Amino acid sequence: MFNKILIANRGEIACRVIESARSMGVRTVAVYSDADAGAKHVQMADDSVHIGGSAPSDSYLRGDVIIEAARASGAQAIHPGYGFLSENPDFVDAVEAAGLTFIGPSAQAIRAMGLKDAAKKLMEEAGVPVVPGYHGDNQDPEHLAGAADTIGYPVLIKAVAGGGGKGMRKVARPEEFAAALDSARSEARTAFGNDAVLIEKLVETPRHIEVQVFGDGEDAVHLFERDCSLQRRHQKVIEEAPAPGMTAQMRAAMGEAAVRAAKAIGYKGAGTIEFIVDASDGLRPDRFWFMEMNTRLQVEHPVSEAITGIDLVQWQLRVAAGEPLPLTQDEITLTGHAFEARLYAEDVPKGFLPATGKLTHLEFPAQARIDSGVRAGDVISPFYDPMIAKVITHGPTRAIALARLTRALEDCEVAGSVTNLAFLGALTRHVGFAAGNVDTGLIERDLEDLIRAEAPTPQLLAQAGLAAAGLMEGGALSGFTLWSPLARSVTLRLGEEELTCVIHMQAPDRAMIEVDGEQVVALRGAEGWRFDVALAVPMAQSGAEITLFDGPGHVFSVIDPLDREAEGAAAGNLIQAPMPGLVKAVFVAAGDQVEAGRKLAVLEAMKMEHTLIAARDGVVAEVLAVAGAQVEAGAPLVRLEEEEE
Amino acid sequence: MKLTSKIIPSSEEFQANRDAHLEALERVREAALTAAEGGGEKSRARHLSRGKMLPRERVANLLDPGSPFLEIGATAAHDMYGNAAPCAGVIAGIGRVHGQDVMVVCNDATVKGGTYFPMTVKKHLRAQEIAAECALPCVYLVDSGGANLPQQDEVFPDRDHFGRIFYNQANMSARGIPQIAVVMGSCTAGGAYVPAMSDVTIIVKEQGTIFLAGPPLVKAATGEVVSAEDLGGGDVHTRLSGVADYLAEDDAHALALARRAISHLNRAKPATVQWQSPEAPAYDPDEILGAVPADLRTPYDIREVIARVVDGSRFDEFKPRFGETIVTGFAHVMGCPVGIVGNNGVLLSEAAQKVAHFVELCSQRHIPLVFLQNITGFMVGRKYENEGIARHGAKMVTAVATTNVPKITMLVGGSFGAGNYGMSGRAYQPRFLWSWPNSRISVMGGEQAAGVLATVKRDGIERAGGSWSAEEEAEFKRPTLEMFERQSHPLYASARLWDDGVVDPRKTRDVLALSLTAALNAPIEDTRFGVFRM
Repeated sequence: MFNKILIANRGEIACRVIESARSMGVRTVAVYSDADAGAKHVQMADDSVHIGGSAPSDSYLRGDVIIEAARASGAQAIHPGYGFLSENPDFVDAVEAAGLTFIGPSAQAIRAMGLKDAAKKLMEEAGVPVVPGYHGDNQDPEHLAGAADTIGYPVLIKAVAGGGGKGMRKVARPEEFAAALDSARSEARTAFGNDAVLIEKLVETPRHIEVQVFGDGEDAVHLFERDCSLQRRHQKVIEEAPAPGMTAQMRAAMGEAAVRAAKAIGYKGAGTIEFIVDASDGLRPDRFWFMEMNTRLQVEHPVSEAITGIDLVQWQLRVAAGEPLPLTQDEITLTGHAFEARLYAEDVPKGFLPATGKLTHLEFPAQARIDSGVRAGDVISPFYDPMIAKVITHGPTRAIALARLTRALEDCEVAGSVTNLAFLGALTRHVGFAAGNVDTGLIERDLEDLIRAEAPTPQLLAQAGLAAAGLMEGGALSGFTLWSPLARSVTLRLGEEELTCVIHMQAPDRAMIEVDGEQVVALRGAEGWRFDVALAVPMAQSGAEITLFDGPGHVFSVIDPLDREAEGAAAGNLIQAPMPGLVKAVFVAAGDQVEAGRKLAVLEAMKMEHTLIAARDGVVAEVLAVAGAQVEAGAPLVRLEEEEE
Repeated sequence: MKLTSKIIPSSEEFQANRDAHLEALERVREAALTAAEGGGEKSRARHLSRGKMLPRERVANLLDPGSPFLEIGATAAHDMYGNAAPCAGVIAGIGRVHGQDVMVVCNDATVKGGTYFPMTVKKHLRAQEIAAECALPCVYLVDSGGANLPQQDEVFPDRDHFGRIFYNQANMSARGIPQIAVVMGSCTAGGAYVPAMSDVTIIVKEQGTIFLAGPPLVKAATGEVVSAEDLGGGDVHTRLSGVADYLAEDDAHALALARRAISHLNRAKPATVQWQSPEAPAYDPDEILGAVPADLRTPYDIREVIARVVDGSRFDEFKPRFGETIVTGFAHVMGCPVGIVGNNGVLLSEAAQKVAHFVELCSQRHIPLVFLQNITGFMVGRKYENEGIARHGAKMVTAVATTNVPKITMLVGGSFGAGNYGMSGRAYQPRFLWSWPNSRISVMGGEQAAGVLATVKRDGIERAGGSWSAEEEAEFKRPTLEMFERQSHPLYASARLWDDGVVDPRKTRDVLALSLTAALNAPIEDTRFGVFRM
């Protein structure tokens, strides 16, 4: 076994690898970029090496620097994690050339699987099913129709030069083929000037099922399948193992195919064979086809670990160190069901835009496995994947594991950045998903429902208002008045909306809060505040930002009335000479559109040149002075048009 | 030292007392809530339609959220001027801004345009007096048309009339007590000097105006036709005249600017007393209503009140065996050390000497004094006059008048005659003076006054050989009794600012704590007493 390894990665996977290595008594070296100088993985590792700038191309993709770091720090092997250099065969060659061990497959295996078409051919030869199709040069309509018959309907006609759906036709029945081919061709001709087409099997209810394999270069085993059908634009959102609806027969068929694939390239280490499955008629052993192989540890590997009890990183290290496979296929068993949800800093309503921010508050439930590379106070930077954590739950049945996932997501508390927690929560409550009816189109189909933001209740708004007023911990005389209570307003921003809470503090432990047309009674007892009857939800406050953790979390910002400083004179229409002087230059003419800050004129006075600038955006109505004119203090120089309200 | 109450909260007497107090309290509450409404529905609606906040909203949004607000004169001008000036047209009180105690004086423009009635002036001056004595920064939320012209003779010329407001501003500023004005409406004529005399002035754009003479007067005087905004609007004053310093977008913004200005005052409270951690009384303050008899003529043990006011109901009684008709002792109110003087019967020579001694102690030690006043007066009669009760009373009055420690007086029962003086009545300038709804104040009891007048009358009639029947005497006494009853009521007293307000007895502890906290913004000076008649 190695004494010391270097992890050529960052974030949760670096932390994950360090944990397994540490449990095996192996020392770890972290590498980090400028942005990651204080990152969790750096703190966790025994040693760390700075490798460059924040952009991945300046750091985590710099193979040469990383190899040098490994050598300098005395590491014997490099774990690549996923992403970055993990599937770069040239890096593998370089690592080995440097006399170090690459914890992963050989460069040759990576290359073999890297070229998708070649890989498919290789797999076909190894007896692994690939998506049936015709990619030949013979474009004779009859020949193509024959090919379609062989493939089996429904089929897809695609323009070879195609893209964006142009020249693409779905064909359900043989009698529709000729017409569809004609129209596809004519469209392709117009669009691309090339009417050549190919025919592929149309998978109508596609599911993405992948098999975890592990090889030691000689032998290979599989650790059952994972279902990654819950995807949005090819990004996996929630993964699970085993696949819902999987039969023993299908599992055996897929497992065997996967092992065959791994063995075909003498695979060493952890890998994943991705299959596309036609689920339109349930899962059938003759309806799965090889898509590609991922020659690395996958993000979603924890679900396989959960159902098998195997530490895949430990296996990686053992096999890389020359040990044979720790278990035989028969010794690997499947227990229960597991889910993984990917918690991201992203703005779901704004089209899942990656978000950044300082995580001012971060709490995870103890009942779930959390793989996370960040801590409270860490920053989600724009340089890397905005993942906050992977939330993994396991249970004896799918229903229990899913219920645990729902609960775990509800109990995640993240403040400082928007997250996809609400979206993940909505997914776990999706009726079809709960029933196991998953396919890769589910999210797109029901997107509107899944991303509908749940409006916070008046009770939550009242809590936010009370917190914004700083009254959650009232003083002994909080709210005291002799006779009539005073009502204080606080204004909050929730999304695009501005909300005013009027707080009638009646005693340190009693308030009435008017918000959104409702009146909420707040009372404080031994368990804290209750709003009407609802107990206050956990919350985090950082500066002007308040996050209430009711399920996904609602983020409020407290509006400071001082933010809107009086524009007053600055918004005036007239630009006047501030003192007597000589107009040196006028830069604008009537009708010019000017923006705030634009130079309008220069006045020379008291041996100084004074630049007069536009205080606001507007249109020049008239120019009242010419260059060379001597003007008095207060003389109008330029007038802007009246601002429209 | 923990007081032991002898009150039985389940007794019928307790319940009867409580009911009677609640009734008296309800009358005050109604008066206070009506006053808080200001000028009524219509003028409130008009005020709001101009985009202005109502005056109490302004006060609330100036203060820290949840800040206590110790209002002064909440029922001022009650039943005066045909009830034309609820709350005397101005809200005053102490609240916190960024944790600092400040005195807020806020005109209510819904009451006759915020013009100054005689009681408005008196209330404004009283607020300034408190601010000066307690060294509290003043924030004036100005929205006033100036003096109420029909009453100019009672508003303008005298020492304690309108001009005194600016005199006070200048002198407080000179003492380093910040003066901040927020112009949220008119500031006309004399009123223009409130912002002009302030250290820092904020004005609301297209809403606040400041001028010595408004457009109508200007036209009459010089023929010049000018709009209010061009004459003295926010833009003019922050850009051209320099009369105001900050231009605000609206009320909310103006109040936020005032809060920011206060955050930059750089003031610290002086070190005065040794605070302790506050502790609730062992007896529920709510029980005061049942513990105190509803009828003023029924004597009760003032310790029952003290037990429901002080921390842990702990009371270190001083000289408990001497001059037992008055109770003196040390305690804490919400952590603040206090010396308490409470009546437990008529004032006798020993009692007066005991108080003089106790006041000397508190003055020496810089301990604030709390007077719980329930006094019919000094004992009368030959024995007492001959032993020199006036001499002993004079010692007590001298001590109370000349001590420099803050005094807070609470009328918890009768306040009659010279007892009022010795127990730090209004004339003895306690920092604050509060009344319970059941209290009564007059030179003597109505019965006694009517009796004195009747005796004089009877003597005259009988000297002339006439006779006077009991019925005739009763008829003669009736107007006097009625006048005393009406004029001794706390709402009558409070309307005229003989006190700072009527308070719910259950809030006595809170009111005392806030009064003490406010008072302790000023340092406690050493005392030099006058000559004690020994």
